[in-house]
Amino acid sequence: MDSYIACHDCDLIHRINPLPAKGTAICIRCGAVLHKHKPNSLDRTLAFAFAGLILFILANSFPFLGLKIGAQVRQTALITGIEELYLQGMQVIAILVLLTTVLVPFTQLMCLFYILLPLKLDRLPKRLPWVLRFLQTIQPWGMVEVFMVGILVSVVKLAKMAKIIPGISLYSFLALIFILSAMTVSLDAHLIWQKWEKHR
Amino acid sequence: MNRDLTTARDAGLISCHSCHLLCQRAQQPAHMLCPRCGAGMHDRKPNSIARTWALVLAALIFYIPANVLPITTVISLGKAQSDTIMSGVIYFIHSGMWPIALVIFLASVFIPLLKLLILIFLLISVQRKSSWRQQDRTRLYRITEIIGRWSMVDIFVVTILVALVHLGGLATIHAGPGAIFFGAVVVITIIAAMSFDPRLIWDTEEVGHE
Repeated sequence: MDSYIACHDCDLIHRINPLPAKGTAICIRCGAVLHKHKPNSLDRTLAFAFAGLILFILANSFPFLGLKIGAQVRQTALITGIEELYLQGMQVIAILVLLTTVLVPFTQLMCLFYILLPLKLDRLPKRLPWVLRFLQTIQPWGMVEVFMVGILVSVVKLAKMAKIIPGISLYSFLALIFILSAMTVSLDAHLIWQKWEKHR
Repeated sequence: MNRDLTTARDAGLISCHSCHLLCQRAQQPAHMLCPRCGAGMHDRKPNSIARTWALVLAALIFYIPANVLPITTVISLGKAQSDTIMSGVIYFIHSGMWPIALVIFLASVFIPLLKLLILIFLLISVQRKSSWRQQDRTRLYRITEIIGRWSMVDIFVVTILVALVHLGGLATIHAGPGAIFFGAVVVITIIAAMSFDPRLIWDTEEVGHE
């Protein structure tokens, strides 16, 4: 049955024909994207994941933003806001922000290494279906790109009353956003499921 | 039935929501697991309409305190000033920063409300078994799925402000209770959009089930 697929938005059955390079298959009834041809999916995703890990470490180990009013300088890291919220009694919000900007992206990276490194060496990781499904479940909760808009808004808001000092972490975080979205786009889950079925 | 337009349900098949494998429907589809990835299989998302209604109503209720209660409190030189989402927007308009005012208004006020209204519209139209402009309604659903996450902007702004503006007696910013309700609205609307099954929009076309 693998040459057929049902549209996830309207349930219509389509036969999958081999796609041309970078082609996209669209549902004829509702227009949903059924399948995309992703060249070198394994290699590309793995490369992006490595770049992502390096940037993630940089983004979390250097100063993020600084604020200067007169002689007073306040230096913060990516995690400072989360700590402050936690101390102010806003634990729920602190956990929400921690999940969406730190834990989910990191877990996504780790899951991809766990899945892709063995596949690259022609081996099957243990409990592959579970990890891949987990990865797909947490995907919508990683919100680094939304966080970036939050940074822009707060910087503009504060720029009138104080000098903002961008840190290394800010630039790494900016790059991380592009790397993470490229990584998500280049991952071809369909290909991994096919490999899993073949090897099993 | 048009030969070109067969749905998985018509063909007695179930599409796995996780790995998209098509499987024969079992006798008791309620306890069926996908033979490839092991996910639970459902013809349609279980109790989609009831769940989505419950979450939409919960989000609507939380939307009120999220907008009425202060989202930040600035304590500057002993004076405390609380801001709600809207008063923040108005402050930006007055100080001439209308692009920022627009971003905050869109992300925090307009998008959550738009998303809830779209979901309510989709729920009612599905319950009335409407076959009106199904393609456009599916597109509306896709929009709600994509835009929901952008409402988090305000929560992130509060996080960054709380971190940066921490200058002892000079100025400190505290997050207000509105932030908790607002966070709840965002999370609940995202889950509501996930629990709605867009295939229900198309189910009216197929006659002769159940």
